[in-house]
Amino acid sequence: MLLPEVVVGPDTVILGIETSCDETAAAVVMGGDDVVSSVVSSQIDVHAEFGGVVPEVASRAHLESINPVVRRAISDAGIDERRIDAIACTVGPGLIGALLVGVSSAKALALAWNKPFVGVNHLEAHLYASFLEESTLEFPLVVLLVSGGHTMLIEMRGHGDYRLLGRTIDDAAGEAFDKVARYLDLGYPGGPAIDRAATKGDPGAVDFPRAMMDDGLNFSFSGLKTSVVNFVRKHPEVSSVDIAASFQQAVSDVLVHKAMKAAREVRATGVVLGGGVAANTKLRSDLHAACAVVGIGAFLPGREMCTDNAAMIGAAGWHRLRALGPSRLDIGAFPSMPLVEAGIADG
Amino acid sequence: MIVLGIESATESVGVALAASDGVLANVEVARGRRHAESIVPCVQFVCERADIELSEVGAIAIDVGPGLFTGMRVGIATAKSLAMALNIPMVPITSLEVLAAAEPTTDGIIVPVIDARKSEVFWAMYRRTHQGLELLHQPTVGSVDDLVSDLMARDQSSVCVGDGAHRYGDDITAGFSCSIGAAVHPSAPVLASEAVLRAIRDETVAEQMVEPVYLRQPDAQINWSTREVRS
Ligand SMILES: [Zn+2]
Repeated sequence: MLLPEVVVGPDTVILGIETSCDETAAAVVMGGDDVVSSVVSSQIDVHAEFGGVVPEVASRAHLESINPVVRRAISDAGIDERRIDAIACTVGPGLIGALLVGVSSAKALALAWNKPFVGVNHLEAHLYASFLEESTLEFPLVVLLVSGGHTMLIEMRGHGDYRLLGRTIDDAAGEAFDKVARYLDLGYPGGPAIDRAATKGDPGAVDFPRAMMDDGLNFSFSGLKTSVVNFVRKHPEVSSVDIAASFQQAVSDVLVHKAMKAAREVRATGVVLGGGVAANTKLRSDLHAACAVVGIGAFLPGREMCTDNAAMIGAAGWHRLRALGPSRLDIGAFPSMPLVEAGIADG
Repeated sequence: MIVLGIESATESVGVALAASDGVLANVEVARGRRHAESIVPCVQFVCERADIELSEVGAIAIDVGPGLFTGMRVGIATAKSLAMALNIPMVPITSLEVLAAAEPTTDGIIVPVIDARKSEVFWAMYRRTHQGLELLHQPTVGSVDDLVSDLMARDQSSVCVGDGAHRYGDDITAGFSCSIGAAVHPSAPVLASEAVLRAIRDETVAEQMVEPVYLRQPDAQINWSTREVRS
């Protein structure tokens, strides 16, 4: 069956859908950067009792929330559903069962409304969260993508044109935040908990190691987590807010140092921050300051656009639809989909 | 009334279109557990073959389980979103009812039994009447021994159907009046045809009312609650 054709322009309205982890989200985005509505139903409470995301629990919650969230995004947008020109949905990476709920729903909507379906890479969408704030960006850019599942530096040479510069060789930065927060009993999720605690602590209290500082563009965070544990065992008298602030400073130092090094290497016009950890106060201000010193742009997504949402899916879907056209309706989900293939993979 | 039926609670995917004069088109993909990839193309296929536009479909029928969690969810998500987008009602039917509907016997009890892995089965009990299937025993999950004691306690002639009935046939039929019927897996043509009968009787529901029937908690929750009991 032929896929419907659509001319992609500033008036093109995309319904974005996101279900890759623990947020069920839908958004209506026009022209790739105008967020008309954005609805996020978080499962944080559902998973808090387990101290992390439980895949089967997440999949069940997505199925309960998906249609209400889509209805709400359309009604918040104040549009008739016939105004929607295409449906974009995260197809990977993420939890397979969770992804499949969104993909199935999005393809059904595309079929029923006879509109194109666009499969979006979740990591690519995180970059587009910054473009929602600032749509006139000049390439090349360096993207620092930091979340609970990923820590990577990417050179972006154009829309859909990526080169991986470096990545974590063990834990993701967000994972380190979660583990340290749990160890310090600061709560779940770890990122916001550390951020809050750190505002009351001294970032210079403990000099935690900054791993692989002068060693290429890869990262390592598992050693840092271990030194936090060892330090707390030896020095139970040091307050958890000082530990949190010092840990956060160590993470921020490494991330900013490597991002600036990457920016120098590729002569980037700016650094784009993306992913859940991009909401971290310290990282945002440190990166902003470092970019100001060398006179390049620091592109930070709005805080609500750092964590998983569907506005970024709608934005990335608009660019993808314009550049590569619709995806096929016989694709499924790709739990370990890499970003660097996002520009060429058929899905 | 044309009904589109989606069956994905087992390892295969089936999609069928049915009306009051019977099944209009039917397709099954039996290999590979690629439910999410297959369902929408299957819907397109049956519509093309039957020369039906989706706008002519009056209700969406869906197997709501119990069965394979991921397969069920993919089917239910697709079916609910189709119903929402087309603004039409749904006919949710459990996998046990679909199996029971496939068994023609009119005397005795129909007992669909689905292999639930982990040495357990899902089962329920029905009787065929002029008004359709009458529920005698709520869908439940338990060991084969539990099922056998249930059957013996009832002490009526019964026909067990489903992959669980076939797998554990020797245990089930040992020593009392129970036979094994032909149906092994719930099928889309039976689902869609049964849904047409229900739609004619006005037994449709809004999309929002359709929920999966898991009959089992996620493993993490099971581990979690037993851990709490122990500590
Ligand atoms: Zn994310």
